[in-house]
Amino acid sequence: MTTNAIDTNPTLLGVSSGAIDSIPSLATLRDETFRHLQEVGFPGPKNEEYKYTPLTRALEKLSLDDQEGTGTVNLADYAIPDLDATVVAFVNEKCVTSLPETEGLIVKPLQEALSEGKGINHFAKIVDAQSDAFVAWNTLAWTYGFYIEVPAGKTLTKPLVILHVSDGAVRKAARNLIVVGRNAQCTVIQMFASTGKGASYVNVVTEGFVDENARLDLYAIQADMPGQIQFNQTRVLQKDNSRVNSYAFTLGGKLVRNNLALALDGQGCESHMYGLYLLNGDTHADNHTVVDHIKPNSFSNELYKGIMDDTSRGVFNGKIYVRPNAQKTNAFQSNRNILLSTDAKVNTKPQLEIWADDVKCSHGCTTGQIDEDALFYLMARGIPRSTARAMLLYAFAGETIDAVSLPPVQQYLAQRVSQRLQRNDF
Amino acid sequence: MLSIKNLCAKIGDNQILNGIDLEVKPGEIHAIMGPNGSGKSTLASVLAGREEFEVTDGSVEFLGKDLLAMSPDERAREGIFMAFQYPVEIPGVSTVNFMKTAVNQVRTHRGLPALDAVSFLSLMKEKMKLVDIDQSLLNRSLNEGFSGGEKKRNEIFQLAMLDPRLAILDETDSGLDIDALRIVADGVNKLMTKDKSIIVVTHYQRLLEYIVPDFVHVLYKGKIVKSGGKELALELEAKGYDWVKDSVAA
Repeated sequence: MTTNAIDTNPTLLGVSSGAIDSIPSLATLRDETFRHLQEVGFPGPKNEEYKYTPLTRALEKLSLDDQEGTGTVNLADYAIPDLDATVVAFVNEKCVTSLPETEGLIVKPLQEALSEGKGINHFAKIVDAQSDAFVAWNTLAWTYGFYIEVPAGKTLTKPLVILHVSDGAVRKAARNLIVVGRNAQCTVIQMFASTGKGASYVNVVTEGFVDENARLDLYAIQADMPGQIQFNQTRVLQKDNSRVNSYAFTLGGKLVRNNLALALDGQGCESHMYGLYLLNGDTHADNHTVVDHIKPNSFSNELYKGIMDDTSRGVFNGKIYVRPNAQKTNAFQSNRNILLSTDAKVNTKPQLEIWADDVKCSHGCTTGQIDEDALFYLMARGIPRSTARAMLLYAFAGETIDAVSLPPVQQYLAQRVSQRLQRNDF
Repeated sequence: MLSIKNLCAKIGDNQILNGIDLEVKPGEIHAIMGPNGSGKSTLASVLAGREEFEVTDGSVEFLGKDLLAMSPDERAREGIFMAFQYPVEIPGVSTVNFMKTAVNQVRTHRGLPALDAVSFLSLMKEKMKLVDIDQSLLNRSLNEGFSGGEKKRNEIFQLAMLDPRLAILDETDSGLDIDALRIVADGVNKLMTKDKSIIVVTHYQRLLEYIVPDFVHVLYKGKIVKSGGKELALELEAKGYDWVKDSVAA
C-alpha cells in the first residue's frame, strides 16, 4: 500500500484514513478495493451509468476551502414533530448524541461491530465494493455509520433516525449495515441536511439484510443546502416473504445521486419504492434504481415523481431484472415528471430485462407541464394562480407522500413540500 | 349587472366573436342559443377569462368594473361563475379540498370572515342536498371517474357554494339524461334571486323548459342575430337553425 498514490490522485482523497484500515480481517478487501479504484478511477462522462450526472467532474471542482462551519448546529431544527423516534445525530463525522439504548436492538458504530466480528458476513457482500467507484471510495474512506441489528422476532416500535448534518466544508463518508432478523421489523430514517451554502460532499453506503418474513422501512430525506454533493447508495437483500418499503425524498442539494437496489432473493417478497424529487435552482438529482427478482412469486412496485423548476435537472433510471427462475413475478414501475420552466430538464429511462416467461411487468414514464386547463378551472373558482398552481403540484407529488406509512413523517413531508410549492419563487 | 359592448375575440388567427352587444340586468335569465360553431362557448370562455382567447375589440362591464382587465380568479371573486361544458378531471384534488380554499377566497374578497371547518361542512351539507350529490363523491379526486351527470351536478354544487352574482351555464344540459337535467335545473332555480342573473348557453331548447329565460338571443357567426322572449326558443326548436341562417342571409 502506498500513500503516495493518494497525494497524487485527488479522487482518492481521504481513503488513507478510513475506518477499514483498523479492521485486520478486512485488510484483503481494503487492498483489493484500493487497487481496483486506482485502476478504474472515477467514472468519466462516457460511463453509461453516469452519463447524465457528472459526479466526478463535480468532485474535481469541489473546493472545500471557502467555508467555515458554524459550530453551532441546533438539532431541534431537524426534528420531525410528533415523531417518537430514537435519534442519533452526526455533525460532520462526529456523533453528537449518545448511542441509543433500545431494548433488544443492537446499534453500535460499524467500526466497533466489525472489529468484534459482527456483521462481517454481510459487510461489502450485499454491495460489491467494486460495483461502483463511489462505493469503492466509500469502502475505503468511511469513518462513521452504524451497525444495526434487529434480532429475530423483535419489532422495533420506535423508528431510528440517523441525522447527517454537514457543517461547513466537509468531505465525509458514512457506512451503515442493517440486519433485520427473521420476523423482525424496523424503520430507519436517514436525514441529510447542511448548514451553509458552500460546498461539501457526503458519500453514504447502506447495506441491508432482511431475513425471512421480516420488514424494513427505509427513508432518505435529503434536504441539503445548494452547495452539497451527495452520493447515496443503498442495497438491500431480501429473503422469503420479507417486505421492504423504501422512500427517497430529494428536496435540495447541488448534486444528488441515489443508487437504490433491492435484491429479491426469496419467494413471496414484497418491495415498494417511492421517490419524490422537488428541484429548483440548479439542483441536479439522479435516482438510479434496480429491482432484481431472483426467485419466483414476488412483487415489486416503484413510483418516482419529479417536479423541476428553474435550471434544475432530474434523472431517473429504473432497472427491473427478472431472472429465469423468477416466474410469477409481478413488477411495476412508474416515473412521472413535471417541468415548470423551459430550462429545466429530465432524463428518464426505464429498463426491463426479463428472462422468465410467466410474469406480469409494466413500466411507464411521463413528462409534462402543469395542466393549464386544470389551472384555469381552479382559478375560475376564485383561487389565485399561485395557490392553484401549488394545489395542482401538491396533488401530483402527494401520491408519494400518501404512501408514507408513519403519520408524523407523512405530515412532516406534506408540510415541507406544500410550503415549498406555495412559495412563489418555486 | 353585465354590459357587453361590441365584443370581438379571436383564438389564434381565427376571429370568432364579431361584435356582441348584450345587456344583462339583475334578476334576468338570458339564454344564448345558436348552431355549432356560432361562438356560444367562446363567449362564455371570454367572460370567464380564458387566456387562449384574445379580445380584439369591445368592452365588458360587470357591476361597474372593467371585467376584461381582471384575471379569471378575480372575476370569480367578483361574482362570476362559469359552469363548464367539460369540467376537467384533477387527480389528487378533491372537490371538498379545493372548495374550502375557493369559498374562503371569495368570502375574504367580500369582506366576510373565513369559514371554519364546522361551518364549511354545514354549508356543504346544505348545498349537497340542493343537487342531490353524495359526499363520498366530493371527497374523491375532482371529476375523476365521474359520470357526465355527476360532473354537471358537481358544477352546480360549486355554483351553490360560491353564491355568485352572475352564473354562466355553458352547455350544462349536454350529456344529461332527463332526470339529471331536472335535478340540475331545480338546483339552479332555487339559487336564483332578484339580485342575481344567469346566462344559459345552450344548443337545445330542452334545458329552457326547466330554466325559463326572460330573453333568448341567437348567436350566429359571432354576432347576436336575433333576440326575443322565451317563445323564440320554441320557434328555433320547431324551425331549426337554418331558419336563422336563411333570414340572416336574406
